[in-house]
Amino acid sequence: MSEFVFLYRGGESGRSPERIQQSMQKWMAWFKELGQNGHVKDQGQPLERTGKLVKGKQKTVTDGPFAEAKDIVGGYTLIEARDLAQAVELSKGCPILDVDGAVEVRPVMKLNM
Amino acid sequence: MEPTDHLFRRESGRMVATLTRIFGIHNLALAEDVVQDAFCRALEVWKFHGVPENPSAWLMATAKNRALDVLRRERTARTFAPELGRMLDSEWTLAPAVEELFGAPAIHDGQLRMMFSCCHPRLPEEAQVALMLHILCGFSVDEVAGAFVSSHAAIEKRISRAKKVMAGSKRLFDVSGQGDLSVRLPAVQRALYLLFNEGYHGASPESAVRAELCREAMRLTALLLDHSPAATPATRALSALMCFHAARLPARVDAAGDLRPLFEQDRSRWDVRVIAEGQRQLDLSATGPELTEYHVEAAIAWVHTAAHGVEDTNWGMIVSLYDQLMAIHPSPVVALNRAIATAQREGPQRGLEEIRKIAHSDRLASYPFYHAALGEFEFRSGRHEVARQHFLTALTFVRNPMERRFIEQRIGACKVGSPVG
Repeated sequence: MSEFVFLYRGGESGRSPERIQQSMQKWMAWFKELGQNGHVKDQGQPLERTGKLVKGKQKTVTDGPFAEAKDIVGGYTLIEARDLAQAVELSKGCPILDVDGAVEVRPVMKLNM
Repeated sequence: MEPTDHLFRRESGRMVATLTRIFGIHNLALAEDVVQDAFCRALEVWKFHGVPENPSAWLMATAKNRALDVLRRERTARTFAPELGRMLDSEWTLAPAVEELFGAPAIHDGQLRMMFSCCHPRLPEEAQVALMLHILCGFSVDEVAGAFVSSHAAIEKRISRAKKVMAGSKRLFDVSGQGDLSVRLPAVQRALYLLFNEGYHGASPESAVRAELCREAMRLTALLLDHSPAATPATRALSALMCFHAARLPARVDAAGDLRPLFEQDRSRWDVRVIAEGQRQLDLSATGPELTEYHVEAAIAWVHTAAHGVEDTNWGMIVSLYDQLMAIHPSPVVALNRAIATAQREGPQRGLEEIRKIAHSDRLASYPFYHAALGEFEFRSGRHEVARQHFLTALTFVRNPMERRFIEQRIGACKVGSPVG
């Protein structure tokens, strides 16, 4: 088994209360299924969409957002999968894809290569 | 833990009403943004950490914190609710004032104020109902359009116009003043009645949507019942009426998803607890001199629930109650229902006579159940071909697949039956 990080980018969650609730229920069902199949190493955390950017030797501090709304990382999950192909396959169930968002699938580097 | 069905929708009404009371009615859009924000936050946090123990309290607390941020950030740039006056100016009074406005009694009060504000006298009834559904029940424009089988554009226009009228009223309706309240109460009752009716008889093809409208109308009516100046005999009668009808909802659609008219319902599926609550409210409504259409309609519904079936229903009493209703609130639909009750008691021929006597029956021309009633009486009189023609006309006016199947079954029965006519 290898480890992968899913980074959730962008995604408009819809405007109506009902839509937002439906979206949440989809996420919870998706996480549950991943967990039951033994793919969740760490469910991860949501990230605030604001913050600070500290940059360069000057250590200049600027305010977020750091990217276009559609590219902002809103959270991450640590996933276990056989290989990249399987991790990608798993990511296709993510509800963020229904709302114009994206999942970035990144293999975690291994210590003993 | 799974959030309960429509939790966000329901909380939305409570949150928007509470925030509007703080921000002022002219800042309704700001209140809606803050609520939107709280929901998005809940989505992000709950999907990772699960739904909290008390999701309503979580959402309210989030809305409160956002409200404090907004008030601190914008108190010099914006004016907020005039009735809060200088309370918001200093940090010493701001936090306790907001804390109090997010307490349970104030949240209840806020919803009442919003309900009365939605029934602004300058708004037509359909706009009042749409506004209530949108603001207090958290239905999006699309969902309101779906419930009323109307277009998105039409509903959006109706709601945004209504919001403008409401925002122009400067402050939320004050429900503590008995005088003002009793003047506007009939409009509120009427809007709730229409909302419930849209759920019970409405055109939406989704029976789940319609049941939800009935539940929402009952939830808002319960807010009136909890506020003693608004819990008048008419409000109690309205509540009784809703209970008696809601009790029948489980039997109205059978296992195959087909519409079951009252005459054919499996009465063991009626909800006895809801009927009992209706009876309690009906008893409480019988005080004071006022006899409203809600009293009479509740009494009619009660007579039905008191019978075991069509045979032992007291049709004589129902006909005379319809006579009363015609005196208080005449309408072609009431007259049609009266004709149907008459036919039950005195036979289909009398039913046909009564239907022919209906004043302004042209207003029923596109109502499918007008033609269906004509078809039914002709059918029972043995004139199957005439009946079939009426049912075919009814078919051109059906509003959803369930009504279509119902009418088609009646047309089918005309073929199977004897070829008289």
